[in-house]
Parts: sequence; structure tokens; C-alpha cells
Amino acid sequence: MTAAVAIPAPAAAARGRAPWPLLVPALALFVAVVIIPLVLTVLLSFHDWGQYKGIEPVLILKNWQEIWSDSYFHEMFARTFRIAALATLITAVFGAPEAYILNRMRAPWKGIFLLVILGPLLISVVARTLGWALLFGGQNGIVNKGLMSAGVISSPIPFMFTETGVVIALAHVMMPFMVLSVWAALQRVDPQIENAAVSLGAGPLTITRRIILPQIMPGVLSGAIIVFSLSASAFATPAIIGGRRLKVAATLAYDEFLNTLNWPLGAAVAVLLLLALVLIVVSSNALIERRYAEVFR
Amino acid sequence: MSFLELDSVSKRFGDHVAVEDLRLSVAKGEFISLLGPSGCGKTTTLQMIAGFVDLTSGAIRLNGRDLASVRPAKRGLGIVFQSYALFPHMTAAENVAFGLEMRGVPRSERETRVRDVLAMVGLAGYEGRHPRRMSGGQQQRVALARALVIKPDVLLLDEPLSNLDAKLREGMQIELRQIQRNLGTTTVLVTHDQTEAMALSDRIVVMNAGRVEQIGTPQETYERPASAFVSQFLGKTNEFRAHVEAGSGAPRLVAGSCAWPAPAGATGTVTISVRPEKVGFAGDGASGLEARVTTRIFQGNHWLFQCETECGPAVVIRQNSGEPQPAEGEGVRLVWRAQDMVVRPGAGAP
Repeated sequence: MTAAVAIPAPAAAARGRAPWPLLVPALALFVAVVIIPLVLTVLLSFHDWGQYKGIEPVLILKNWQEIWSDSYFHEMFARTFRIAALATLITAVFGAPEAYILNRMRAPWKGIFLLVILGPLLISVVARTLGWALLFGGQNGIVNKGLMSAGVISSPIPFMFTETGVVIALAHVMMPFMVLSVWAALQRVDPQIENAAVSLGAGPLTITRRIILPQIMPGVLSGAIIVFSLSASAFATPAIIGGRRLKVAATLAYDEFLNTLNWPLGAAVAVLLLLALVLIVVSSNALIERRYAEVFR
Repeated sequence: MSFLELDSVSKRFGDHVAVEDLRLSVAKGEFISLLGPSGCGKTTTLQMIAGFVDLTSGAIRLNGRDLASVRPAKRGLGIVFQSYALFPHMTAAENVAFGLEMRGVPRSERETRVRDVLAMVGLAGYEGRHPRRMSGGQQQRVALARALVIKPDVLLLDEPLSNLDAKLREGMQIELRQIQRNLGTTTVLVTHDQTEAMALSDRIVVMNAGRVEQIGTPQETYERPASAFVSQFLGKTNEFRAHVEAGSGAPRLVAGSCAWPAPAGATGTVTISVRPEKVGFAGDGASGLEARVTTRIFQGNHWLFQCETECGPAVVIRQNSGEPQPAEGEGVRLVWRAQDMVVRPGAGAP
């Protein structure tokens, strides 16, 4: 008995070690392009910077103190997360019903409309955002022009360089992620489950609220995590719609790096954004998994 | 007095006829099975009763009332789905209580009824479990409890046992039958499993390609199949081509070297159908259908013989009574009683 077990053991051990060398290429790439730049950025955020002396490789808390004490940064971070939260809310409110309707469609339409929803992902975010600028951009925006010449409005709709504009444009850009996420959750729902609820006497509202919604909630919430983190770190849309005055974390970091050339301060903003996002995503993920353990099984 | 009546019910999907002119009346407390291969219209029929599918023509009446104007949510039918369709985010007790909640049953009564029905299906103590933490058999019981707790006029079962393994299925059949007998709930079962239909039902509706082939008790449909389809679908059968000789005297039914008095009205070429367990081996000197045993299989409680007869292949099943049985390759003569065979016009057998 003991001998029979002992014989295959060395072979099994060798097989157990075999996968590790296979990890090396991916690990090397990951370390080279993610870990090292990240560590360098964190280090950079502790360096000193001056108008005339440039970057000084010392370890001080100057940048962090500046962010901590200056209300400009508080306002900017609050705006960043407010915009991300509102965009997430809008995608959830519109995206979840959209996915549900899509899931109920018949054969040819289902495919066509899925393509319609996913199609925009093939177009660059910059192009999609510029579309909003073409429609609502001041006196020359097509919608503004049309409405003004029709006499519906007397001055252009305030869209460009407003927070509302950034939220709407971001929600539009992020919508496919929410729809896809809810769609994936809907695939796990038993197609007979609504009939089961109907046969027990439930009306359409009760079915939506008590049967469907609890089952797709994990999808809505994981979609929300994706949309929130992408919105909070979005650059192109806030840069184009928000312009130079309406700064968010990503555009501010960009400005510090490329215009002010205050790299250490830009690095501190970027690191803070990353930390905040990781904290929000990880904790909400843990919360969701605990709350919806039974649905996930 | 029929309790549930299907009056010339038809359903077409475009050009496809799913159900054609189905007439069926179910008495109160009766257990009816809709039996047939997939695509025969049995599930469509069930969904029409449930109200999930509209009728193309005809009417369904429950207790004399036309169901056409009654919304599915108001029909008060209990349904057990093939996939069970339990609510995964609710516990077993919450699943069962859902129908009572929709009916506005007060909480205290709800709790007692949920506990009682779960105990009845053998799930006492499982109230707090979530469906995905239960076995297939347990989920099946929750689904049954959820359908029964609302005291439905009619219980509809859509292939409820097809996802269980063979042993569990047999146990559930017996339990299902006992529960249905005790409660006296009128039940319609959809199944493609003939043994399940025979074990459970008072009457079987055999369906094929949207039409009813036969309605009868399990014994009737098995012993006196109305068509070749029924006799082949319900268990194994042997079919031989024969012809009726109208010579001098009474007409005779002749197959190979065997002859019987012809049944009244039979003429020309006919098909004889006889069940394998009704066929025996003739003793020494007695006459019978000449055959040779090609394969002999021992199956514990019975022997299974495959024979090549003068009229084609045949299967014979003999009880393992302890007596010596013919060996492979041995010449035998097959005999059966005249009342055990069904004679149908036409050359149905290949």
C-alpha cells in the first residue's frame, strides 16, 4: 500500500512544479509595464518640485499636504466622484430595462439591437464625445440651431462646459458596459420563472420587483462598478465636454504633467484617484458578494 | 360531469399545426397524462391550459367556466415546471409562501400552511434552505409544495421527474401518486416516459404530431392500442404481417405456418401485434410460429430472447421461473393466445 503510493509521488511532484516556469513571460510583462511604472509613480508623488529647480528626488509629503489642505483639490475630487456616481445611476436606470427588453426580443431583432448597443464601442470615445459637441456646441450646435430657428428656445441649451453635459455624455459612452453586465445576469435567469410567478398569482409589477430585480441585481451592481471606475478615471469626455475650467482628477493630473510640468503633484493626484477607486471597488464587491451569495451560486 | 374540459382545442404557429382538434374531459380528482414524443403538442396543450399560450380555436372550460377571459394569474392552477423554476433568491419557505402572499393570506396562517405542505412533501426542517443549496429531488419537492400550497383546482405537471435519476424518479412517482390521491387534486401530467404515465395516471392521452391517438386507462392503451403508433410507443411490441384466407367455412387468419380464426371484419393483408411477454415457447409436438433463438440475455427477473421467425424478427420475454430456457441457436416455436394479439388492417410491419 505504502509502496504503491510512494512510486508515483516524484512524478506528481514534478508535474506540480511544471506550471510555474510557464508563468514567467506573463509575469515579466506584468511587472515591466504595470508594477514598475506604478511604483515609480508612487515614488514620484513624494518628490519635490519647484518652478526653477524642477523635480528633486527627495522623499517629502509636500504634494500630499497640498492636496489635503487646498479646497481646490477637495472640490475637484468631489466633482469627479459626483459625476461618476450620477453617470452610474443613469446607466443603471436606463441600462437594466434596456437589457431586459433586449433579452425578451425575438430572433432577428435580438441580434440586430445587440449590435446597435455594442456598435458604439467600435467608435473611439473621442469621436462619440465630439458628436455631443456637434449637437449642442453653443450657437453652431445642430440641435441648438434647429431649436432656435424654430423659436423653441431663445439661447443655446447649456450643455458644453457644464457638469450636466459631462454626466450625460459619460452615461452615453458607458451604457454598453451596463447593458452587457445586466444581459449576462439575465442569461442565468430561468426563462420559466416569470410563468411560475404568474401561475402563483403575481402581477407584472410584483414580478419585476420581487422576482426579476433581485436576480439581476448582481449584474446591475457589477455593471455599476465597471461604469463607476471607468467614469471616475475617464479623460476624453470630461476633457472635451468639461473643457479647461471643469476639471476632474484625470484631466487635472494630465494638466499637471503636461502644462504645469509639476509631475510630482500630478502623480499624487493620480495615485490618490487609484487608491480611492481600488477602495471603493473592492469594498463594494465584497458587499455585493455577501449580500447576493445565494443568487451567485 | 367533467371538471376540466378541452373542447376541440387547436393551436397553430404560422403554418405549423401544434395541436389539432383536441377533445378531452377530465373528471374531478382524476390524474391524466399527456403522453407522446417531443413535438407532439403535449407541452403546448399544457401551456394553453395554464394560459401562457393562446388557443387558435376551441375552448377550455374549468368547472363550466370558459378560461379564455381569465388571465393566467387568476386561473388558480398549480404548475410544476420541468426546470422547477424556483426563485433562487428566496428560501424554500419563501418560495412556497409566495403564492399565499399573492392571495393575501395572513402571515400566521401562511406560516402554518407552508410548514404543513413542506412536511407533506418530506422537507420538514428545510424551510431556511435556498434552492441552489438543495439536491434535484429536494428542489422538485419544493416546486411541488409551491404548486400545492395554493390548493389549486388543477395541478399541471410539465415533465416534473425528467431531471431526476432513475432510482429517485421511481420513488417520486410513488410519492406523487400518494399525495395526489390524498389531496384529490385534479392533475394533468405531461411526459414522454410511458412507464411514468402508466404508473401515475388514471387515464393516458397518447398524442402524436398534434393529434390524439388514443385516450384510455393504462391497461387499455397497453393491451388494446388503437394504432400502430400507440402500440410501439407504449412498451415493446412484435409485429407480423399476416393475411386473411376466406376459404371454405370460417375465414382464417394466417401468418407463416400458424392460423387462427379471423376476427370479424378483417380482410386481405393485416398486421398482427403481440407483446413480448405474451409470447411463449410451444411444448414438444405443439404447433407455433417457427423461429430460431439468435440472442439470449439474462436480466435477473426475466429472460430476453431475440428470435428470427419465419415472419421476421421477434422479441420474447419470459419470467425467470427457474425452468430451463431454450439456448442460443435452438429452434423453437412461438405461441400466444388469440386474445393477446391485436389485428390491424394493412401491412404496417416492415
